[in-house]
Amino acid sequence: MRDVAVIGIGDTKFGELWDLSFRDIGIQAGLAAVEDAKLVAEEIDALYVGNMSAGRFIDQEHVAALIADYSGLARDNTPATRIEAAGASGGLALREGYLAVASGMHDIVVVGGAEKMTDVGDVLATEIQSSAADQQWEVVFGATFPALHAMIARRHMHEYGTTREQIAQVAVKNHRHGALNPKAQFQREIELASVLKAPPVAEPLGVFDCAPFSDGAAAVVLCSMEKARRYTDAPIRIAASAQASDTLALHTRQDITSFRATQVAAREAFKRARKEPKDVQLAEVHDNFTISEILAIEDLGFFPKGQGGRATMEGETALGGKLAVNTSGGLKARGDPIGATGVAQIVELVQQLRGTAGKRQVPGAKVGMAQNVGGTGATVVVTILEVV
Amino acid sequence: MMVTARFWRENPSRYNLAAKRCNNCGKVFFPPRAVCSVCHRKSLGKMECIHLKGEGEVYSFTVVHEAPSHFEMLKPYVVVMVKMDEGVMLTSQLIDVGAKDVRIGMRVRATLRRLGEDGPAGVIYYGYKFAPVRQEG
Repeated sequence: MRDVAVIGIGDTKFGELWDLSFRDIGIQAGLAAVEDAKLVAEEIDALYVGNMSAGRFIDQEHVAALIADYSGLARDNTPATRIEAAGASGGLALREGYLAVASGMHDIVVVGGAEKMTDVGDVLATEIQSSAADQQWEVVFGATFPALHAMIARRHMHEYGTTREQIAQVAVKNHRHGALNPKAQFQREIELASVLKAPPVAEPLGVFDCAPFSDGAAAVVLCSMEKARRYTDAPIRIAASAQASDTLALHTRQDITSFRATQVAAREAFKRARKEPKDVQLAEVHDNFTISEILAIEDLGFFPKGQGGRATMEGETALGGKLAVNTSGGLKARGDPIGATGVAQIVELVQQLRGTAGKRQVPGAKVGMAQNVGGTGATVVVTILEVV
Repeated sequence: MMVTARFWRENPSRYNLAAKRCNNCGKVFFPPRAVCSVCHRKSLGKMECIHLKGEGEVYSFTVVHEAPSHFEMLKPYVVVMVKMDEGVMLTSQLIDVGAKDVRIGMRVRATLRRLGEDGPAGVIYYGYKFAPVRQEG
């Protein structure tokens, strides 16, 4: 296996991008990444696209070919592959690109992620989002995606004494971070009281506990480390990539207050990178719901089980805290265009590790981690990046 | 939301809680599956059909306020994960109880109810929901 570096990043603003189509945002992010890496098209060996459900959101399958076409790569017949793992589609596309370069098959690949969610209404978007869960044995019975996370929250509160306020604080913190990110869907701070009194979605979770429906795309350029210095003075090394699975339905697990796949992937990632949680200064985690961030920071090994809520309330995961979590604003405030999310996490980490994150810069950031989740933890991808 | 056959073929489990038990290790699976996740190939040919008795206790719950279009008339409704006495967990709705009275640990029993329909003129389909077990006397 060869060392792999990120040499280019690009993204769109996340939000309700009514004037832009799926292909518009995909190309916008991809071209920005290629320009950042100072590449020409002929140097690109392959394209990987993370996308959950273009078939249902915009009635278009075969989106890797679409993006290859409109980015001009189809003319060079560059291979293009779509990766789907619900919310983990982007992170898994990154992993497939990483494996292709690490194995020696390719030298330079572009990994993109994109989702166009606002061409359908909120009710249909909720149904499509819920197809990440077990359609036949959860969703048919009335369990929506927010409902499944609400039951995780309820059980976490029951077993560990996590409070409603601690869960809500995740949204307050991530909106505060999002206010510093010009690409974020929501760039306004919110008060704890507003989260608590927001209209309920699935109790105990309300509107401000849920990531929004978003349009957006993100892309990165990966290159073998030996060639990376030809393109950049600041290659960011992929120190580890790990992936794990769990049962599709939440109810098949012994315990729903942890995502075992997160624990397993994190353990493998730390081992491969020869690092420990204390070596990491920042993490982008999959806060599709507020409770998800509490599970993530516990399961990744940053806080003991049951202490995630307390740590959040005490500011340990805010900018300036012990571990800066979701400096981008996270899925909650930056937005969650599903297939783009896992790639956008990498874009944020690279900006932080290059020292170009502006007002939300974590001073002296050297090592960052991304955790990207599909469904209710049935697929998890964990990536560790570091400054070379 | 679903064509008829896609729902109908699951009726043994949706109506009568048909499950499978691995006779190598005793673990119960619902819905039925072909191979035991613990014993793997040692379970082949040893997966026995059983029926869950239908009782268990609430493991977690939520009250759903934003629902898919075909549940619009029901909302708000209670969704529960129920730990059945056989050890497996199921997800469905809890009925005949006020949202404020639901508790983790409460005893519930499966009951056959209408789950949905294929549009105003389509087939109505049925399956299990849960209701509280009333204490005798």
